[in-house]
Amino acid sequence: MKAGPATTGKGEKSMSITRLTWINVRKDLRLEWRSRDVLNSMLFFSLLVVVIFSFAFSPTVDESRRIAGGLVWIAFLFSMVMALNQSWARELRNGVLDAYRVSPAPAEALFLGKCLGNFIFVILLECLMAPLFMVFYNLSSVGPLWQLVVIALLGTWALVVNGTFFAAMSIRTRNRELMLPLLLLPISIPAVGSMVTATTQVLTGEGSPVMQMKFLAGFCVVFTTACFLLFGTVLNAE
Amino acid sequence: MLRGENGAGKSTLLRMIAGLNEATEGSILIFGAPTREARHDIGYMAHAPLLYDELDGMENLRFFARLYGLDSDQPLAEAMQRVGLDPALTRRIGQYSQGMRQRLSLARAIFHRPRLLLLDEPFSNVDPQSATQIAKLLAGMRSAGDTILLVTHQIGLLANLADEYLVMSRGQLVDRGFMAGVQA
Repeated sequence: MKAGPATTGKGEKSMSITRLTWINVRKDLRLEWRSRDVLNSMLFFSLLVVVIFSFAFSPTVDESRRIAGGLVWIAFLFSMVMALNQSWARELRNGVLDAYRVSPAPAEALFLGKCLGNFIFVILLECLMAPLFMVFYNLSSVGPLWQLVVIALLGTWALVVNGTFFAAMSIRTRNRELMLPLLLLPISIPAVGSMVTATTQVLTGEGSPVMQMKFLAGFCVVFTTACFLLFGTVLNAE
Repeated sequence: MLRGENGAGKSTLLRMIAGLNEATEGSILIFGAPTREARHDIGYMAHAPLLYDELDGMENLRFFARLYGLDSDQPLAEAMQRVGLDPALTRRIGQYSQGMRQRLSLARAIFHRPRLLLLDEPFSNVDPQSATQIAKLLAGMRSAGDTILLVTHQIGLLANLADEYLVMSRGQLVDRGFMAGVQA
């Protein structure tokens, strides 16, 4: 990734992608703080999943450990889809995205800023929902907790990078709410599979999640690079 | 000044010059450079305000200024004052009147002092007093040597300010001439 100064003129300060990314993150955090569109919809959806599934199945402790990995990640994945649509819809409202495109700021800074902003929102959701999952499903981890943290960080980034990219791709389509899951879910299947397997391995203590974590790390590197390189084309496609 | 009936392609032409739409044929050079390399020299104001509803005026301008590498608030406050808005106004854009949004949108287009200003209907939804104020501001920019390409149906406001007019119809330039002697 290029982190050098962007081109400037008229004596303005040179702007690195890193700085512009941070400016975008800060703006997204401020917008979310004032509107709470993204967090509210994600929290509400996740909460519904936790409560409905716990009443529907009433699993034992062992059963909980086996299904919790899948349940947790599916809840976060679908919550995230709702959030991603909203985070780009915000840029389309009042045509603000055009103002960004007219500016000399590189498209990649917008992409990384959106990814980091969405990553923060989803991690925040996970931090808020994790205790609820533990209470409702009577969960406790047999394996080390740090492994769950690493899986959550890698898995969340894998989903957010792809989600942010495909949400940008589908944002101008008429059925964007439908289009995003159609594009995102098939691409995310390998990552979701790894996340679920690794989480289950840590919770049950059966097997080592290291291979799955390595796979997730590779997935993150490959898709972050590909999305970063292709984002300019997606942003400027009319 | 760019004129023409609805759907003639005026806004599309402005978007192409701003680098938002690709031209199907030919190329566009801004002061001799492709649009991509001339973005610092372009100010663009569209039908939509291109502003975040959740931010106040200065916050909006500050965000866009950082994209242009501007760190100081001084030119932003000046731009707001030039369009007749108070930089100290902390109300969010969502609570602005249509006319105030339009003026802030113009401030967003001019804060970095572009050499080419592209304006799409800058007088729509603006009260007569504000429209006259905006027209004066544009006259000042023209006198300072800036180039302004403006789409409007309100020719009267610019009768004594614009140098040239262009008329489009169905995506084609069908007429052009000098404004002197043109009746509003």
